[in-house]
Amino acid sequence: MRTIAIVKRVLKQMMRDKRTLALMFLAPLLIMSLMYFLFQNNTTQTAALGVHGVDNAVVKAIDTKHVDITHYDSAAATKMIRQHDLAGYLTQKNGKLTITYANSNPTDTSLIKASLQAGLVKLRMQTLVKATKAQKKALTAQQQALQKLVKAQSAETVTKLKAAIAQAQASGNTAQVAKLQAQLKKVTAGSATKTATAKKAPTYSTASHYLYGSSDSTFFESFLPIFLGFFVFFFVFLISGISLLNERTTGTLSRLLATPIRRGEIITGYLIGYGIFAVIQTLLTVTFAITVFKIHLVGNIWLVFLINFLLALVALTFGIFISTFANSEFQMIQFIPLVVVPQIFFSGLIPVSGMATWLQWTAHIMPLYYGANALTDVVTKGADITAIGGNLLVLLGFMSVLTILNIVGMKRYRKV
Amino acid sequence: MGTNFITAQQVSKSFGTKHVLTDIDLTLPAGTIYGLIGPSGAGKTTLVKSIMGMEKVDHGTVTVMDAVMPNRQVMAKIGYMAQSDALYETLTARENLTFFGQLMSVAPKQLKQTIAYAANLVNLTKDLDLRVSDYSGGMKRRLSLAIALIQNPNLLILDEPTVGIDPELRQQIWEELNNLKATGKSILITTHVMDEAERCDYLMLIRRGIALAQGTPAELKAKYQVDSIEQVFLKAGRLQDADHSNR
Repeated sequence: MRTIAIVKRVLKQMMRDKRTLALMFLAPLLIMSLMYFLFQNNTTQTAALGVHGVDNAVVKAIDTKHVDITHYDSAAATKMIRQHDLAGYLTQKNGKLTITYANSNPTDTSLIKASLQAGLVKLRMQTLVKATKAQKKALTAQQQALQKLVKAQSAETVTKLKAAIAQAQASGNTAQVAKLQAQLKKVTAGSATKTATAKKAPTYSTASHYLYGSSDSTFFESFLPIFLGFFVFFFVFLISGISLLNERTTGTLSRLLATPIRRGEIITGYLIGYGIFAVIQTLLTVTFAITVFKIHLVGNIWLVFLINFLLALVALTFGIFISTFANSEFQMIQFIPLVVVPQIFFSGLIPVSGMATWLQWTAHIMPLYYGANALTDVVTKGADITAIGGNLLVLLGFMSVLTILNIVGMKRYRKV
Repeated sequence: MGTNFITAQQVSKSFGTKHVLTDIDLTLPAGTIYGLIGPSGAGKTTLVKSIMGMEKVDHGTVTVMDAVMPNRQVMAKIGYMAQSDALYETLTARENLTFFGQLMSVAPKQLKQTIAYAANLVNLTKDLDLRVSDYSGGMKRRLSLAIALIQNPNLLILDEPTVGIDPELRQQIWEELNNLKATGKSILITTHVMDEAERCDYLMLIRRGIALAQGTPAELKAKYQVDSIEQVFLKAGRLQDADHSNR
């Protein structure tokens, strides 16, 4: 009953605060739209490469759509890079290629590196192909000669056999005729199969199949589930934390605790009240992503809601817990770079499995790591509840521990 | 004991090394207005919070309505008004009253009636649907008082209830407090307005956490041989400063 009173009050207060509502519901859509356009075209990036005295064949080989090649008259790489704002400079001296990278942008460096490597492989392949062609010519000539020989031989045998058959027929030996005819068949068939095997050459083609997503999959699609979780986590953390902070600084928390309400009832009321807003926010962002950006949701949409709801509860208890260490809204904002930003790094944007061991351990104390993992599994791989059960349990654990801490922490305001 | 609403015995409390309350005894019988007077920082609010069970006392015991404090259930029987207005500014006065009424377990059917009664008492009936953020300081104070009265409690604990309230309304409020007293309710009130102290049935002078004197206003005036509570207060203060053994 008292819990419901708290829930109603939280809802009313939120509904009155139009700006906070707009921030919670519209800001994620705005950020998502921006991300959609930012991550759509990531294949047309080009790096400027200067070349000097390089063989035309080499230049032709490394010329891809990712590098923009210009010829210069100077061999001074550093100078030319500085002067023309190049990403790399390629020179050739006595058949030796030297590349200098500006390396001010690692992406440009890797683009040039990749093009150069691909080009050199291409060149090597070309020489290899030439050599094989020559070999092939020699081989076919040999084969032809061989075939001629075989043909001549078999023709000789055929005429010999035919003569023998005629002789046998004339003498009336039918058994001998059948035997010789079978031999004749073998000889003619043998030459036929030989020509067939000589003609067959292996040709390979590739057909691509994607286990998750499709060939059009972009960064946006793989980041989206992570951001769905992050929005909920961030906004609920901030809004609930500041809201409880306000209760504390205006004295209403202390006043609340001068009523017979249980400390747990206050926390539960907050959990339900802000949980409702988290669900609405998830509903909006997911619907927006599916209808406007045509994102393909592989898994169950209710699981997405469940994960986000749990994440919201963790964010809420976390926000309330952190708010006890802040004395003003500004101090609450100061916690964002400390406790929210690091979570982004471990949410899966950067693959956690590629991190140093101690960093991987750090990831495991971040609630968002579990939430984003579960969301990615459901949205892109269609995981069911048993597959993400472990993540959900950890989130529940975070929530329980923080709730207990909050309830104990409120003892500062009332001893029972 | 059954007739006493509050019994505090030898209550001591310190924050770190600072003694805020030292061996305070307080007894509040039914049908009494008990005034706690003293300068700001004297420990009045700490004493009130200790009685409410919101502050843990270092020594001594507090009993409210036969229950040893802190006790959560007893809080439902106390109408409490904090020193600072703790109101939800984005909500209307009616919503604030409804919210606290629900927390105080007022039956939903009675809620409308008690809101009307409490609002009328503090003269806020026509402003009930205004948001609290549009209220003046005095109106907020009155709303806080109305919230304290929402569950029609037998015991009222009011921490500086009349700060910022104009004299006419203050008169009305005191009249109402006397009416409540007549129905057998008790009121513990803190104030530093001396003319209000004269209206109390019983007074405790508190300074630097020490109860300097207790008694009816008449008794105190006789004891210090002065003719106003203000002078009682000044004289008692000077005596405390002169007598360091009292500290």
